[in-house]
Amino acid sequence: MANKPRVKLPKSAKAGEIVQIKTLASHDMETGNRKDKKGNKIPRLILNKFSCSFKGEELFGATMHPSVSANPYIAFSITAKESGTYDFTWTDDNGEVTKVSQDMSVS
Amino acid sequence: MNFKTIITTIAVLGTGITLAACQMDAYQAPNPNGSELWSGYKTATAETRAMQDDDFANPGMPMVDSAAALYNKKDGEANMSCADCHGAVDDPKGGSKGLPMKGVSARYPVYDADTKKPINVELRINKCRTKYQKAKEYKYESDAMLGMTGLIALQSRGIPMMSTADNPSDELNAAWKAGEAFYYERRGQLNMSCKHCHEDHQGELIRAEVLSQGQSNGFPTYRLKWSKLGSLHRRFRGCNGNIRAEPYGYGSDEYLNLETYLAWRGRGLPMEGPSVRK
Ligand code: HEC
Ligand code: HEC
Repeated sequence: MANKPRVKLPKSAKAGEIVQIKTLASHDMETGNRKDKKGNKIPRLILNKFSCSFKGEELFGATMHPSVSANPYIAFSITAKESGTYDFTWTDDNGEVTKVSQDMSVS
Repeated sequence: MNFKTIITTIAVLGTGITLAACQMDAYQAPNPNGSELWSGYKTATAETRAMQDDDFANPGMPMVDSAAALYNKKDGEANMSCADCHGAVDDPKGGSKGLPMKGVSARYPVYDADTKKPINVELRINKCRTKYQKAKEYKYESDAMLGMTGLIALQSRGIPMMSTADNPSDELNAAWKAGEAFYYERRGQLNMSCKHCHEDHQGELIRAEVLSQGQSNGFPTYRLKWSKLGSLHRRFRGCNGNIRAEPYGYGSDEYLNLETYLAWRGRGLPMEGPSVRK
């Protein structure tokens, strides 16, 4: 991805607290339905998978399809359990994975 | 009092009177915006406004993040970063040289004594690229340029636009006049001027869009249609093309004059770049 995705997760939370996570990726999300000036189909290239995980366990995941807008914004909630590093990944049609990691301390 | 002193006295008095007269009618062009000055934000849908209101969710921001990294990166033969001369981008003092980014976008375009023309933020960035960094210019509508103008606009959020280019003593006055003429000139197969949409029909529907006053305070703008940030000149090209007129080039004299004129029409409006529009 040309620009690094943005992730907003609280720096700290109480155990059991429901926290909101916001993410914003930077991607054209080319649908595969458009044609270029010469009339050739522009091949589909979208982010098709998003995942938020902690120590390898997926906490939230999403499968995306061609009608999702460019630069997809995904917000969701998780229950804070443990301190540590939360990993966020976006996978595109070419299998390219973009990863961002952020820490949250849970007390 | 001999004849010579009388003459001098009259001359001095005369100058005084002329000066006073000048100050008295310090030229004030009539306000062309109608009774109220407002930004395209007002007629944007609630969903679009919500995207602009939350700097995190503003989809133009990842590009601005990338530009913030560029700003601090050494580049060119001079091997210097923007921050080496200007300080941190949000430093209100603008580093040791006192050249802050705060307020720049609200003040621009300004007069460039080298070219004797208006210079906007894009061209100013490129001037620093070539003159000081000894690096290659950014392409006008490139991601780097859009991100950088977005980053600089962000430092002027909430600051009112402050053009005085209508004043004949302002160095930009000739450009302002040319921009005004362009604004009111009919063009294209539809034979329309900017005025016909943005002055006469502001607040009214045109197909599925509500016409705004066509102000420039939100640029660069993330347009949902473009799916990315775009410059004011891109918007000019769109508005020219829509009435089937030949668009002018990015950074052309015509658009620099028009930008100078629009900055004056919007004087007093707080800056909101990078904004979000449909
Ligand atoms: C046929 C009508 C029409 C004409 C003529 C026209 N525009 Fe527009 N313009 C629009 C529409 C529609 C929009 C999008 C909705 C809005 O903000 O008004 C727009 C948007 C804009 C915007 C963006 C406003 C914002 O808040 O983001 C600017 C700036 C602008 N126009 C400037 C101009 C200038 C300068 C001219 C003359 C060269 C011009 N327009 C001529 C229809 C027109
Ligand atoms: C070697 C020092 C140097 C570097 C590097 C440099 N600038 Fe400048 N910049 C200046 C000076 C000096 C001026 C004042 C005008 C002049 O003398 O040309 C200026 C003016 C400006 C202005 C206009 C400020 C105003 O108040 O009108 C902007 C905007 C700007 N620079 C942006 C940048 C950006 C963005 C970069 C990096 C891509 C950059 N500059 C790199 C020295 C530098």
